[in-house]
Amino acid sequence: MNQKNSVEGFRHRFSQYGDAVHERWLNTPGWQRWIVYVVLIVAALLLPSESIGSFMSPYTDWASILFFPIGTYVVLAIGLNVVVGQAGLLDLGFVAFYAVGGYAMALLGTRLGWNFWLILVVGIGLCALSGITLGAPTLRLRGDYLAIVTLGFGEIIRITARNTDAIGGPNGVRGIPHPPSLPDIELFGVQIFKYGVLDPRPYYYLLVALAVIVIVLVKRWEKSRVGRAWAAIREDEDAAEVMGVPTFRFKMLAFAIGASIGGAMGVLWAAKAISINPNDFQFLLSATILAAVVMGGAGNLPGVILGAFVVAWLPERFRGLQDYRMLIFGAVLVALMIFRPEGLLPSRQRKAELQEGSGGMGTLGAEVPGPESQGEEVASR
Amino acid sequence: MLNDFINQFWPATIDGLAFGSIYALIALGYTMVYGVLRLINFAHSEVFMIGTFGAMFVPFVFGISSPLTGIALAGVILLMVVAGMLASAGTAVALERIAYRPLRKRGASRLAALISAIGASIFLQELFALLVIPNVFNRPQQGRIQMGLPRLMERTELFSIFGHSVRVDQVLVIVAAVGMMIALDALVNRTKIGRGIRATAQDPEAAVLMGVDINKIVRMTFLIGGGMAGVAGALYLISYENTYYYIGFLFGIKAFTAAVLGGIGNLRGALVGGVVLGLVENYGAIFAGSDWKHVISFSILVLVLMFRPTGILGESLQQARA
Repeated sequence: MNQKNSVEGFRHRFSQYGDAVHERWLNTPGWQRWIVYVVLIVAALLLPSESIGSFMSPYTDWASILFFPIGTYVVLAIGLNVVVGQAGLLDLGFVAFYAVGGYAMALLGTRLGWNFWLILVVGIGLCALSGITLGAPTLRLRGDYLAIVTLGFGEIIRITARNTDAIGGPNGVRGIPHPPSLPDIELFGVQIFKYGVLDPRPYYYLLVALAVIVIVLVKRWEKSRVGRAWAAIREDEDAAEVMGVPTFRFKMLAFAIGASIGGAMGVLWAAKAISINPNDFQFLLSATILAAVVMGGAGNLPGVILGAFVVAWLPERFRGLQDYRMLIFGAVLVALMIFRPEGLLPSRQRKAELQEGSGGMGTLGAEVPGPESQGEEVASR
Repeated sequence: MLNDFINQFWPATIDGLAFGSIYALIALGYTMVYGVLRLINFAHSEVFMIGTFGAMFVPFVFGISSPLTGIALAGVILLMVVAGMLASAGTAVALERIAYRPLRKRGASRLAALISAIGASIFLQELFALLVIPNVFNRPQQGRIQMGLPRLMERTELFSIFGHSVRVDQVLVIVAAVGMMIALDALVNRTKIGRGIRATAQDPEAAVLMGVDINKIVRMTFLIGGGMAGVAGALYLISYENTYYYIGFLFGIKAFTAAVLGGIGNLRGALVGGVVLGLVENYGAIFAGSDWKHVISFSILVLVLMFRPTGILGESLQQARA
């Protein structure tokens, strides 16, 4: 009992500290925030340096790791966060949109010889469209049914890609073109726009640019009428509907935005990967991205980015443990849900929602506390 | 096309019934847990996987390598079913204790429980691929490779329908599955435990007030559901003679589809859903080729949820009185 109290106490202090930082941030004047933003972006650009890499990933090339999985997971997690964290819709098939983006790049690039930038635009549109196509019939379903349908959809996309020989079948697509290069531009000894095979850094910079754009857009949406509508839907859909929020339309919007972000990342990833095949889009990737979102603190962007970073980086850092990394990952997920279900850096609103059991999918049934738990839990319900 | 269908109709029917029975047995676990906790026990697929390995353990220990007959065969099959049940039920109860109860106690959201389930699922898969299969089954470095079962019983033809033979193992699967269903139906409808399960499904708070020990009921639900998955694992292994660490994934989704198809939370619905799914999937495979089998069943899931989200027989553990 004593030990339990000290754990509780630690958790309490930890969140108090988080709250204090958050409070401070809210009171920071705009120009100071801009400084922080610029510092963060510069730090992100400096990240692929050797000296950091030797600590962060002694087993593999740090700059490649930064592009995939770390950067890729971060962008995907931001996309999924719109769906899961903000609108509270559980999507277990997010990888499908990533796959659509990847295949769009692969097929349009190899068959039609389109330019990367054009495909990026088309791919985003295509993914938004597929998000709407999936959302239209399924978004009227209850939370957990939606989860399974999206899971099924993810598998349908993957198996269809595997079975359709016209798009490469199980072998996938090879010889995907890189983005057009501008080899003349050199900064600090790096040809930052030379998209070749050898140097992963230009792709990483492109990814940082994509991430920054996505973060700015998502943040704007969150603060707007759309974001408030999502929060209302997440907390109580019926109440939102009664208050005049067109819930279905906003859920579709969340789906389409999440899908577009996933698709954009798919296009970018395929442009670096040279070859893709259906096995790149396994369910495990969807589960991992979802874990990143929930682990970091669904609904809170810094938390989600941190979560994605941790989820992508830890297995790479501990490649020495070889196969055991997924085993540990599974155990960590379970432990995290037991000890800190609101995630590492939760937004305050989400934390409150999770504590009262709303937020996302409602509470478990049969949650009546047993005789050994305190009475106040019952009273608060 | 039509000729193909007519030629393959009976084999597909029999295969569909056999697969459908296995889906139905796994679906029971999903449906019971959902009925009581409103939780998709995502790790149930791994409960099934562990059931197949539990059953595999019996012929492995006895070192059986050639087909058996008579009492020896019956004894081994019975032992395999029991071992599968024990392994699965044990896993399911441990899952409930470790991964779900702490969340339930705190009234955490279902999203948290689902993530916990996904984590447990990954953990169990890797545990088998890395530790159990290489060490217990003595297959170092081969944890991720499909593991075959030596043939236990001769696949003699029992009888034939319109010139298509029906094998002993197929009949065994179907008969055993139906038998388990009947037993479970009786358990839920006639025993005190069953009454507790139904009461909890209907209204947990009222059930507590009526003196139902809810923790015990939840544990029993996981135990029974896990046991059924164990039977499914043993039957699958006897009939299809192979298993591997990732086998649960597809069967899990299919079984969940079956549960939803029949009406989740409804025990008889699980049977109906499993059989319908098994049949439709196999008939569809005649037209589209067996590569598309999984796409067909996922499409069925999407269609059912769109047009009849309560399933064929309707939801809820108490309504259908089963």
